[in-house]
Amino acid sequence: MRIVKVLTVLAVLLAVATFATAAGQILLNAAGATFPYPIYSKWFDLYHTSHSNVQINYQSIGSGGGIRQLLDKTVDFGASDGPMNDEQLKQASVPILHFPTVLGAAVPSYNVPGVQVDLNFTPEALSGIFLGKVTKWNDPAITSANPGVKLPGDDIVVVHRSDGSGTTYIWTDYLSKISPEWQQKAGKATSVKWPVDGLGGKGNEGVSALIQQTPGSLGYVELIYAIQNHMPYGKVKNSSGIFVKADLASVSTAAAAAAKYIPDDFRVSITNPEGKAAYPIASFTWLLIPSKFSDPAKRDVVKDFLKWALTDGQQYVEGLSYAKLPKEVVAKELKAIAQIQ
Amino acid sequence: MATTPKAATPTEFIATPRSFLRRWTGADEIAHLITLIAAAMLLLIAALLVYQLWIHSAESRARFGWSFFVTKTWDPVAGDFGALPFIYGTLVTSAVALLIAVPLGVGAAIFLAELAPPKLSSSLTFVSDLLAAVPSVIYGLLGVFLLVPLMRTNIQPALKKSLGFLPLFKGPAYGVGFLTAGIVLAIMIVPFVLSVSREVLLAVPRDQREAALALGATKWESTWKVVVPAGRIGIFGSVFLALARALGETMAVTMVIGNNPKIAASLFTPGYSIAAVLANEFSEATGNLYLSALIELGLVLFLLTFVLNGLARLLILITTARGSGVLPT
Amino acid sequence: MSVRLAWRKSLNVFMLSLTGLCALLTVSALFFILGYLIWNGGKDLSWSFFTRLPAPVGEVGGGMANAILGSLKLLLLAALFGVPIGLLGGVYLAEFGGRTVPFLVRYTADLMNGVPSIVMGIFAYALLVMPMHHFSTLAGGIALGIMVIPTVLRNTESFLRDVPRARREGSFALGANKWRMVATVVLPAASRGILTGVLLALARVAGETAPLLFTAFGNRYWSPGWMQPTSSLPVIIYTYATGPYEDWHRQAWAAGLVLLGLVLITNILVRAFLTRGTAYERS
Repeated sequence: MRIVKVLTVLAVLLAVATFATAAGQILLNAAGATFPYPIYSKWFDLYHTSHSNVQINYQSIGSGGGIRQLLDKTVDFGASDGPMNDEQLKQASVPILHFPTVLGAAVPSYNVPGVQVDLNFTPEALSGIFLGKVTKWNDPAITSANPGVKLPGDDIVVVHRSDGSGTTYIWTDYLSKISPEWQQKAGKATSVKWPVDGLGGKGNEGVSALIQQTPGSLGYVELIYAIQNHMPYGKVKNSSGIFVKADLASVSTAAAAAAKYIPDDFRVSITNPEGKAAYPIASFTWLLIPSKFSDPAKRDVVKDFLKWALTDGQQYVEGLSYAKLPKEVVAKELKAIAQIQ
Repeated sequence: MATTPKAATPTEFIATPRSFLRRWTGADEIAHLITLIAAAMLLLIAALLVYQLWIHSAESRARFGWSFFVTKTWDPVAGDFGALPFIYGTLVTSAVALLIAVPLGVGAAIFLAELAPPKLSSSLTFVSDLLAAVPSVIYGLLGVFLLVPLMRTNIQPALKKSLGFLPLFKGPAYGVGFLTAGIVLAIMIVPFVLSVSREVLLAVPRDQREAALALGATKWESTWKVVVPAGRIGIFGSVFLALARALGETMAVTMVIGNNPKIAASLFTPGYSIAAVLANEFSEATGNLYLSALIELGLVLFLLTFVLNGLARLLILITTARGSGVLPT
Repeated sequence: MSVRLAWRKSLNVFMLSLTGLCALLTVSALFFILGYLIWNGGKDLSWSFFTRLPAPVGEVGGGMANAILGSLKLLLLAALFGVPIGLLGGVYLAEFGGRTVPFLVRYTADLMNGVPSIVMGIFAYALLVMPMHHFSTLAGGIALGIMVIPTVLRNTESFLRDVPRARREGSFALGANKWRMVATVVLPAASRGILTGVLLALARVAGETAPLLFTAFGNRYWSPGWMQPTSSLPVIIYTYATGPYEDWHRQAWAAGLVLLGLVLITNILVRAFLTRGTAYERS
């Protein structure tokens, strides 16, 4: 019966250790997109520092996961880079509100031995690669846009997401706009059936890791992941025919165009926009917030956090290479916060 | 090792004392009931497990029927799901693992059972048991950072050079893929093959090998032609047991298989296994049909391991003829 | 010596050395794994690793204190849930069982033992997380607890059966009834063996990742109480190892070393000390 004694002592110890921190705490659980994970985890940490009784636990399991767990009501709110579609919204027991938080870009990142420069990618090259038609690095579709760069004859190893992903949504949304064939074969969603053989990585984290580890690879990741991990990423030709590298300015330009006619529910795609300086594969990323909370304490925290993130929180955004929200959008969102009850 | 369970079941000698301890039998009955409830809990949990997998996969079963098992598509956008690539990946990686692990494990078991002095044998078995206790995610960790780069830069190019004419070793060397996953699995299941085979071999009666030796056979001949065939069925049992392990192994495989639902002859191809797709997609499958298809995959995996385990235990039981033996877990 | 005999003799030596090589290879795998983990993870084991929370993504530093406590809590729940059922079930099989039910229970236990851990995760998600609408330590602990039951149950049964008949009969002769006999004579006699089984089963589930992915989930902070998601060592190793950050990789190695160390030490201590002098060793 020694076991019982040992277990009892352990139980008491653990209970003390765990409940000691519990008094007056408000805990929120959230899950979803990996795309904004760096900024969200920074925000939640800062918010916790200034509001020590509030902890927001964000798990980056992918946008598909954020939507699914929100619908299963296992988390308090979700996050996604692809807006929920009408069918998903219908499944929710209370209406779900979309709140754009920051803007980001999906970039084609690669690991080509011996190539250090920024490669240029035309829409045709990107769709060709992901359709499995362009299979070698020295394919004319790539070399013609990169005069002077010596590209090897190696196979292109396509890296994509293995989980339900908003970054995939943005990427496939873009491919669907520029390639009718893609639109027909794969379409846009948080997970698709890939026409090309490739490696699947879990989360932006997993894809970044695979690209770094696999010579000859090309995949799509959120800009911050490429920057933080010192991975090269290419310029993409936009609708005005100019090769643009993803950065704060080019992503903001893409957003500015969309800001004027953003719909009331904030669900809008800004891929392949007009404008000479606009980066073509950019997107808002959204927090998915239920319009009704049963616990008023949680509701107040969510509202307060949103207000903070949309105003003061925006100053941390550019440090992590996301673009700030356009002013018009922020103003509109601050009004929409009132809808949360 | 205990040779036979105690022949008398306790019920036999309960009868006599009960007659003069009648006033206490109420307590006995309560104890009986409590322990019975505990045992029944296990049955209940098992039944619940099957029930949950069954009802939650209903939508997928109704929609796809048997074609689920022969369809290659896994298309979450169109809502078209087939299990074939995952079943294929699971079987191929397990087959690779068995090809490596069985000779290694049986060989080592022969050494431990027949050759090594008892002290050495028991300490080596101890180490092998410890190996079996290493968590799966640790194998994954080593797989990702050690084996995958090694496969990509050394092993796969070497195989391509020497055996590249075979369809098994074609295509680009990604590092991850069926072969890598199979190798990691092999290391993981060797201890199971080893410890069960060793026990089976030890259970072969002494006089059989002595007879063979007396007839002039070498040590190896007596082992290979007499002892091993005598323990054949039990060794098969250990193989099934190891196979069941390999089929259900999740984390290490997820980390090195490549996560790509693809059927291809080449072992270099990044693939997918049932357990890996569940780990990756289960918590994020949007849409009921998608989720239901994943749970049906879980059901398939469950049934596969269920059947194999049952078979394995039956076979081991036959050879060691030992009902209460605690098999390695 | 005829050519044939020489051939047979050299084949003998060759094949026997080959089996020795197989044994050497298998056994050296453990030392290799351990050595590699120490090499890669040893230098990153610092005080802050054990006492601090994870740093925000992409920033260097932080620790895994919450994951370590989370793992302990999960194990405690697993023990509280799984051990009593396994223990009592084992007593039933060894002492009270009739004919059909024990066969069924024994067979189910063996088969449950082989159920892939990922399937357990799905089961626990469907059974606990979905209805409760909450990822929680509780769900994770029960998922692990279910995995503990079959091992403890079968192990308890086998050790109880090995308690010599003479001791039971002695107790009966003194006028004890059955349950007293079991509680005061048989269980204590088998206690070492049973404890061994319990600890080994717990050491095994301590390293399980798959059942926790959809139940205990993850947490960047401390997880108060039992109804909140919690971080755990195996899950954090998985997340960090598959992530892109150097610092994550370093911490994954360190965490891997801690986990492996705990599992191996438990195994070694239990096998070396507790099994001595029990029925298991004697036979």
